[in-house]
Amino acid sequence: MTVELAPAPLFTGSDWDFSLINRIHDTIEPIALQEMKLNIYPNQIEIISAEQMLDAYSSIGMPLFYKHWSFGKQFVTNEMMYRKGLRGLAYELVINSDPCINYLMQENSATMQTLVIAHAAFGHNHFFKNNYVFKQWTDAEGILDYLEFAKRYIAQCEERYGQLPVERVLDAAHALMNQGVHRYPRVRPRDLKAEAAREAERQAYRDRIYDDLWRTVPSGAKADAIPSDARRAALGLPQENILYFLEKTGPLLQSWQREILRIVRLIAQYFYPQRQTKAMNEGCATYTHYRIMTTLHERGWITDGSFMEFLSSHTNVVYQPTYDSGQFGGFNPYALGFGIMSDIERICREPTEEDREWYPEIAGSNDAMEVLKDIWANYRDESFVSQFLSPHLIRQWRLFKILDKQGESELRVDAIHDERGYRRIRRSLAREYEIGRQEPDIQVVDVDLAGDRKLIVEHAVLDGVQLDAGDAAMVLQNLANLWGYEVLLREVDSETRKELKSHSAQPNAAWLR
Amino acid sequence: MHIVDRRLNPGGKSLVNRQRFLRRARAYVQQAVRDSLKDRSIKDLDKEGQISIQRDVIHEPTLHRAAQGGSRERVFPGNHDYMEGDRIKRPDGGAGAGSKAGQGEGNDDFQFALSREEFLDLFLDDLELPDLAKRRLIGGAVDGIRRAGYSTAGNPSNLSVPRTMQKAMSRRLALRRPKGADLARIEEEIALIEARDPPLPDDAVRLEALREERSTIIRRRNLIAYIDPVDLRYRRFETVPKPVAQAVMFCLMDVSGSMTEHMKDLAKRFFALLHLFLTRCYEHVEVVFIHHTDRAAEVDEQTFFYSTVTGGTLVSSALDKLIEVVQERFRPDDWNIYVAQASDGDTMQSDNGRVVSLMQQDILPFSQYFAYLEVGREEFADIESIGTTTGLWQAYAPVSEANRNFVMRKVHHRREIYPVFRELFQRKGVAERSS
Repeated sequence: MTVELAPAPLFTGSDWDFSLINRIHDTIEPIALQEMKLNIYPNQIEIISAEQMLDAYSSIGMPLFYKHWSFGKQFVTNEMMYRKGLRGLAYELVINSDPCINYLMQENSATMQTLVIAHAAFGHNHFFKNNYVFKQWTDAEGILDYLEFAKRYIAQCEERYGQLPVERVLDAAHALMNQGVHRYPRVRPRDLKAEAAREAERQAYRDRIYDDLWRTVPSGAKADAIPSDARRAALGLPQENILYFLEKTGPLLQSWQREILRIVRLIAQYFYPQRQTKAMNEGCATYTHYRIMTTLHERGWITDGSFMEFLSSHTNVVYQPTYDSGQFGGFNPYALGFGIMSDIERICREPTEEDREWYPEIAGSNDAMEVLKDIWANYRDESFVSQFLSPHLIRQWRLFKILDKQGESELRVDAIHDERGYRRIRRSLAREYEIGRQEPDIQVVDVDLAGDRKLIVEHAVLDGVQLDAGDAAMVLQNLANLWGYEVLLREVDSETRKELKSHSAQPNAAWLR
Repeated sequence: MHIVDRRLNPGGKSLVNRQRFLRRARAYVQQAVRDSLKDRSIKDLDKEGQISIQRDVIHEPTLHRAAQGGSRERVFPGNHDYMEGDRIKRPDGGAGAGSKAGQGEGNDDFQFALSREEFLDLFLDDLELPDLAKRRLIGGAVDGIRRAGYSTAGNPSNLSVPRTMQKAMSRRLALRRPKGADLARIEEEIALIEARDPPLPDDAVRLEALREERSTIIRRRNLIAYIDPVDLRYRRFETVPKPVAQAVMFCLMDVSGSMTEHMKDLAKRFFALLHLFLTRCYEHVEVVFIHHTDRAAEVDEQTFFYSTVTGGTLVSSALDKLIEVVQERFRPDDWNIYVAQASDGDTMQSDNGRVVSLMQQDILPFSQYFAYLEVGREEFADIESIGTTTGLWQAYAPVSEANRNFVMRKVHHRREIYPVFRELFQRKGVAERSS
């Protein structure tokens, strides 16, 4: 391919203006789209100030959100950390929407703006548009409209029913947010625009069929007890999405309360893919910016000085402290993602004998970019690590696996970076990214319909790790309040089915009123 | 690709959430604000500040797996010399192998910063000057705004659309402006006649008349505007002087030799709070500072809070000074007069009679409220409360019983200042809530 060299660098100092941003974008675009063949949503670049970045932080990065005190709490924390200089702010923030919104901080130098555009506007953007988890679960086109609807709806509820009752429902829903996600995809893709329309329709229907007379009709005779299997089937049990279950079957909830549960649930669902693809998403963006920045430098679009500035920043981002360095706080998703992806590129270009044995399909493949793009589209963190963490990398990072068995007084080193350990380390690290292991498996299993309507929830305990008791009690109280009757949470060992512990909570009578 | 410059967008998007957060944790934040006070210097009383509240108050629980117990496996980077099968002693903190530091999710307090405004709001919440009764007009200083009908000229933002349309309509009716419907009817008829084939005999004449009529209508419609500048009406506002409650607060402080540094600090803190409260919550309150030894002097704020004069004690001198200033500058008919006095209660027996009579005869009749704050030694906190009372306290006790507008309190420690201050200036009817 003939490569066009830059007539002059794009910029020399650290200052930038809007026309420079435009030129940077236009220089990067052909590299990303034609050479790397990325497939992206149209970009919208927004320049924001530090204060606006703080605002965005506290509404989970979204440009608009409903009002709730917990976002205020976020805000005051971030603000203090920032003002005290304990924590810097991100250089950018990117939203999975169509068009893809990239927030750039005004404080960034010209080099950083280039890096950030490459990273977010092309790297993250490509990942959002192509990764199957995002495709399956999120509606990039509808999210902003839906958030707008959610904000308006909750404001209306506050006007109509008072701030406090709405806040209570939101508090309870937030507590159960992680249990408000469908983990297995349904056939129908989400259409958030239709959601808003549907709620309006439902409200209109309720208004139309409302007849005060119904209130005076005596309630019917008691139904016969239903056999438990039929009952569970009718209620759609067992159900892992507790918010969904409450929304559909909660006996005492008002329709607006159900709608609020739904809003929280759908937003949780929107963020669900991000939690499963953190390392891949960051890896993809980091790999992209690295490729683009290197290319820009090779062709003379950026100066040696700003390339050095980029390298220093890049090195910080992908730094992985070792376990005994005192800074270790788990794996750095940037380092993990970028490390594995660079390694894949190496395997494609210059495979060793070992690589050929481990990765016969990709070793020596000519087009590393195609291989990577396929991976970006079809994997999430867990499968990505379990397939592509190579022995080379395990040795390079000197990974080892520690086993902490219940009842044993000492920890055991179960595997190290040797022939016997590669697979075990890889499997174990992959499991750390398995969402089913990060989060407890909690399901609604039964309701005592004939009796006191007690709701029975079960936690399938893995490896004997139980729930944090203090928090569990608080969440359970919220659950009982929403359900309106007693709630029982049983912690049952997933293998032996032995009950290890149980918590229960009674609803707070004043809560729903 | 679009570039949008959002920097000019109004900030403060999180303000509502921030307020809600403060409201939610209000009781605790308020407590923290009040606690933080005793560690602040007098100068910094009203500064913005960092406060910390217990984390569990605003904890957001989730269902998550406990940090302890059960079997776990984890992968770490950076192996040096571990071999497979090695056994390692469990690090402190139980099962959480490796470093948990830096995650910052402990049970430590939740810290954040309050702005000066927020700080003062929380701090001075529910306080008021009692019995602010005398309201009168003072020369045009304060204006209220009230509606005053409509005018033909004004600011576009004050344009009254309904009134303007009403005027326009009556003008159109009065001048008989042809309606659009009339024009349409004639156009229709013309079209009908023109389309007639073959034409009737009198069609030509009729058509001529109709055309004539049409041009008249069009002309009239052009001449008589739908809305004319003469129709415009603007909402008018005028300013009115509003009666305002004028108040003056006298701060009387004993700075005699018997007052220890500790007592002076207490007294100054009290007055600093009072001053803060008055300047923040009341626009029209004057503050007069008087300090006294065996002689009293009216001083400015700076001297009052920071001077170091000392000497004997003659309480009546301060009361005399107070009466003198009132007679000179603050006519009791026009002013709401408040007095706050702080002293260690040490006084000359011989002076007490005069103090009481000045109080009963002169001061209390013209005062809305008189608060006496007795500052004591920190170490005597318990002893004094049991029985020994000071000369001034004894002298004031019967006065307090006889007069509802005289209140006396004792403080021994910094931490008591704020509660006592609140007690003295609590808005009526909220005492139970915030106690």
